Amino acid sequence: MLLIRCPYCEEERPELEFRNAGEAHVARSANIAGESDDDFEKFFFIRSNPKGIIYERWRHIHGCARFFNAVRDTVTDRFIMTYKAGEPKPSKLPKNSNDVVSK
Amino acid sequence: MKKYSVFAIAREAMRGHKGWEEQWSSPEPRKEYDVIIVGAGGHGLATAYYLAAQHGITNVAVLEKGWLGGGNTGRNTTIIRSNYLYDESAGIYDHALKLWDGLSQELNYNVMYSARGVMMLAHNVHDIQVLKRHVHANRLNGIDNEWLTPEQAKEFCPPLNISRDARYPVVGAALQRRGGTARHDAVAWGYARGASARGVHIIQNCEVTGVKRAANGAVTGVETSRGFIGAKKVGVVAAGHSSVIMDMAGVRMPLESYPLQALVSEPVKPVVPCVVMSNTVHAYISQSDKGELVIGAGTDQYVSYSQTGGLHILQHTLDAICEMFPIFTRMKMLRSWGGIVDVTPDRSPILAKTPVKGLYVNCGWGTGGFKATPGSGNVFAHTIAKDDPHPINAPFTLERFRTGRLIDEAAAAAVAH
Repeated sequence: MLLIRCPYCEEERPELEFRNAGEAHVARSANIAGESDDDFEKFFFIRSNPKGIIYERWRHIHGCARFFNAVRDTVTDRFIMTYKAGEPKPSKLPKNSNDVVSK
Repeated sequence: MKKYSVFAIAREAMRGHKGWEEQWSSPEPRKEYDVIIVGAGGHGLATAYYLAAQHGITNVAVLEKGWLGGGNTGRNTTIIRSNYLYDESAGIYDHALKLWDGLSQELNYNVMYSARGVMMLAHNVHDIQVLKRHVHANRLNGIDNEWLTPEQAKEFCPPLNISRDARYPVVGAALQRRGGTARHDAVAWGYARGASARGVHIIQNCEVTGVKRAANGAVTGVETSRGFIGAKKVGVVAAGHSSVIMDMAGVRMPLESYPLQALVSEPVKPVVPCVVMSNTVHAYISQSDKGELVIGAGTDQYVSYSQTGGLHILQHTLDAICEMFPIFTRMKMLRSWGGIVDVTPDRSPILAKTPVKGLYVNCGWGTGGFKATPGSGNVFAHTIAKDDPHPINAPFTLERFRTGRLIDEAAAAAVAH
């Protein structure tokens, strides 16, 4: 079971308290009805599904119930960092991925 | 290829088993092939087999980064059934089921297909409605499926607990008698042997690292860990890694890859005569011919390529198994493992041409691809050979996520996803 650091509760909690909520930083258009079919497909169905670093949303559903974002390596399942919802996608990741960082 | 038969066994017994030949050869890759298949799992090998056997295309290479049948083909719970709701799904899965019946003869290889029946349990009113809807839809499509009372379910599968006091009471079941299991490794080996005998090159330990395209966009071949190999047609059948390979060709996919876990118990005498699945409690169980209970769980919740998964997923499944079959509470589990399954938004596969000329994809089988192996390979070979989909896989396009013509088994499948 993964240990996940909730950036709001500021502690590592077992995965059972969390719900994965899919890829992060997928922006919904302000004018969704005006989207072309191609753009809607990209927004709604296409996912990066990386083998390596993924940016994803989690929800601390059995804790503070808030959404936040995480950076994780999908090969090792190791969390590199977690950060609050609304914060920008980190441009630089911590060098030592053994240290789980939370802003 | 020397035919396997009772006479072959007798002949080899007389001369100390020195005359058995290798089941498939391991040739050096050529510079160029007519068709390259990426991925030597069941679906990829079946595709190569049918390309050679039915379409006369034998200048084919199957490239495999590990060993053949070493991915999800060797990691699944081997359940075979075709009781899907929608016409499109019924078409492709029942096409596969018809090929299972007779596959051992066709391949001259015992794939141990055993039509022992797949029974899906209903635990509440909603389950009854869903499963009965499936029973009716299946019968309209000419697929056998019947409704059982709890007592009939118990008669069909004696160890089942149908007590009203159970945590997950059994209130009925749907039974597909033609469903069952097969020997997963033998499926890969049988197709590999049949393909190799017809001239297909199976190249193991050869990882695809890039997809080459010409200036006009058409595929010209693949970069591999053993150098460049040319081909005008490339079929990607890479399961959990499909989106990784398709990325190399510049095609982004509506796929996410999740770990799916299974486990087996110590071997015991025959006790579970059929396959029992429960959608609601996320557990399924059958017994292998070796005597092990083969138990499948649901997927983990996050994207991963780790080929492992959380122990709590297995624990949840075993909780449910022990509730439904109290006699198994003291069974010892021998080993567990995870495979990486590629899941589409509508939980139906993609078997189709792609926007890239010469690139074909067979992916998105998610948590239930094994049952479709013969049918999938059969229609995918047709798609590659004719550069046009077979009527059976024509609905399973990549474009459906743009047009909205989904095959929405996600909301309707008779199975745990």
